[in-house]
Amino acid sequence: MVNNKLVLHIIRFFFLVLAQVLVFNNLNFLGYINPMVYILFFYWYPVKENKAILLIASFFLGLTIDMFSDTMAIHTAACVTIAYLRSGIMRFCFGVNYDFQNFKMSSTTTLQQVTFLALLILFHHLIFFSLEIFSFSNLLLILKKVLIVGSATLLLCLLIKSLFSTQKK
Amino acid sequence: MQQIINFLIRNKNGLLYVFLLLIALGFTVQSNSYHQSKFLNSSNWLTGNIYQTSTNVSTYFSLQDENNVLLEENKRLRNLLFNKGIARPDSVAIDTTSPYDVITANIIKNSYSLNKNYPTINAGENQGIKEDMGVITSNGILGIIDHTSSKFAIVQSILNTKSTINAKLKNSNYFGSLVWDTKDFNTVQLTDIPRLVNIKIGDTVVTGAMSSIFPENIPIGIIKDYSLNKTENSYHINISLFQDMSNVKNVYIIKNKNIVEIKELEKKVE
Repeated sequence: MVNNKLVLHIIRFFFLVLAQVLVFNNLNFLGYINPMVYILFFYWYPVKENKAILLIASFFLGLTIDMFSDTMAIHTAACVTIAYLRSGIMRFCFGVNYDFQNFKMSSTTTLQQVTFLALLILFHHLIFFSLEIFSFSNLLLILKKVLIVGSATLLLCLLIKSLFSTQKK
Repeated sequence: MQQIINFLIRNKNGLLYVFLLLIALGFTVQSNSYHQSKFLNSSNWLTGNIYQTSTNVSTYFSLQDENNVLLEENKRLRNLLFNKGIARPDSVAIDTTSPYDVITANIIKNSYSLNKNYPTINAGENQGIKEDMGVITSNGILGIIDHTSSKFAIVQSILNTKSTINAKLKNSNYFGSLVWDTKDFNTVQLTDIPRLVNIKIGDTVVTGAMSSIFPENIPIGIIKDYSLNKTENSYHINISLFQDMSNVKNVYIIKNKNIVEIKELEKKVE
């Protein structure tokens, strides 16, 4: 059972990397909107799992994406940061429930899930675009990109999430 | 001692995070200051082959368009040949004294939406490609080879904030440098053209003779609009590119045979 879960995570890792670099990096909608759907990895990652492993996994997730897209290591920096902030964001979104032993993602409301995903995306994009543009004189450009690309990412993440959801209505 | 160890154990995730973040920032800063970092790029074996496979599939969908582009180019070149009075172009022996060699390649990963764009091509050291060679398309220029592996190479596109390329106004000798302000992927900027030059919207901009990378007079684009810069002594010119940067498939790499000699000569002066 544990092995099954592990295999699932590894497959998910490679699926997300390939989807990102072969499909979503080539969208270039309106010239610059490339949604970063691999953030779903952090959404799907089990809640109560060793945090150090999440940090290391996120490091390699970011590094692989960086290698493919020739973006130095800015995906890596953004990934590692949201991996670190993840538990804090979860506590913010799900409140006290998060501290219970039998907390499950499926027991939360849709609004809470969307907020969680949106906050992950917000932090990721803020760090990504700050590092990419790397100048405070372009603060407006950074914010514009965070907002527009972030909404596109959120939309596509929600679509993919509902596509692969196993939950029965 | 006990307390230090306790502190480390309590904050192990925080420390791990800081450690990994520093590695990432280190990579970023290092490749900002020099060429692409040695292994963090898409010309390595794994990424190159995955992109190659994906390109092998996706190129089928644009074969017709690409053929038309190549036909157009052939037509233009044939026109040049016939009008220069060379009757049988098929039998023309390749002039071995010419300073430039041309190598062909396909783009396997295009990129134009970032601030620093690095497309990847499927030719590398095995095909004789080295750093600092120029890359052109049938309509214009693409960039300069930045990093090579045995089978692949990465191009520093003209759509890259690090790129500066020598360019001039056609039929004049006023040159400036070609840079990109990241706003639009089909518009680049030409700076340092002095104020006294008479320029008009629609003028053609070509590569200059100041670099040993590109041959002179390769077309780049036409002047879209222009304004004087802040100090009012030179122009800031927007150029719309001939080549649609979002749709590049086949490229030519220009190899200057005299580059070693030129470099050595320049070294002597320094």
